[in-house]
Amino acid sequence: MSQRPPVPSFDDDASDRKLCLICSKGSLDMAYPGLILANAALGEGIETHLFFTFWGFEIINKKTMANLQFSPVGNPATHMPTAVSGLPGMQAMATRMMRQQIAALDVPPVPEMLDMIHAAGGHLWACRMSADMMKLTRDDLYPGVEGIISATDFIELSAGAQTLFI
Amino acid sequence: MTLATIAGRSVHVNDEGFLTEFDEWDEALAAELAANIGITLTDEHLAVLRFLRADYRAQGETPTLRRVATVGGFDTKQLFVLFPKKPAKKMSYVAGVPKPVGCV
Repeated sequence: MSQRPPVPSFDDDASDRKLCLICSKGSLDMAYPGLILANAALGEGIETHLFFTFWGFEIINKKTMANLQFSPVGNPATHMPTAVSGLPGMQAMATRMMRQQIAALDVPPVPEMLDMIHAAGGHLWACRMSADMMKLTRDDLYPGVEGIISATDFIELSAGAQTLFI
Repeated sequence: MTLATIAGRSVHVNDEGFLTEFDEWDEALAAELAANIGITLTDEHLAVLRFLRADYRAQGETPTLRRVATVGGFDTKQLFVLFPKKPAKKMSYVAGVPKPVGCV
C-alpha cells in the first residue's frame, strides 16, 4: 500500500554544533586527520575552525604545505626494524609510498584539501606564538588563513565548541 | 523499503525517504523531493542533479562533493548555496541516488 513518504531529517536546525581542530603536527600522516575531519564536518553543516600551531604550521606554510614528509622512524606501526627505518632515503621512500596511497583513494594533496575547506566555509587560524618563533607573517601562509591569533583569541572563539587536539 | 506516493505515483523509498530505484526518478519527482526539504529547484540545481545521476550510472556509486566539484566542474561554494548546510546528502536525496559513502 502506498503512503506518504518519509522525508530525511537533515537537522538544519541543530546547526549550533561547532568544531575546533588544533593541528599541531607537521608530518604528512598527521596533517590529514584534521583536514579530513574538517572537510567532513563542513559537509554536515557544522561551523568548523582549524587552529594551526607549532609544527602544524608546516600545513599552512606556502613553502612546505605541498611537501610534507612521513617518517617511519620511531613508529612501531610501520612494523619496520628501527635500524632500517633510519637508513638514508627511507623517509623519502616512505613519503612517496604514502602519497601514492592517498592519491589512489582520490584524496587530494594538502594544498587542495585546504582549498576545499576554505571553499566550504571553514575558518583557518594561525598561532601567534608559533608565527613569532618561526618569523613568519601572513604573506608566508596559505592565503585562506584568516588571521594570526593568540592563544586567548582561540580560547574565546572556541567557546561552546567541541575541540580536538591533533 | 516502502512504497510511497510522490508526485502522484508510487515509488520505492528507504526508511529515511531516499529513493531506492534509480529508474523511478524524473525531474518532476525531483521538484517534489526538493520541496520536501525546502529547496525550489532551478536549472542550476538540475544541472548538478543530472551530473550526479550520470556519474552514478557510470561509476555505480554516488559522487562525493569533491568529485562533483572536480569532475562535474561545479563550484564548491555554489553547491553550499544551492543545497545549504549538507550539500552532499541533500543533492543525493533530490537526485534519487544513495548518500555518498566516501570520506572526502
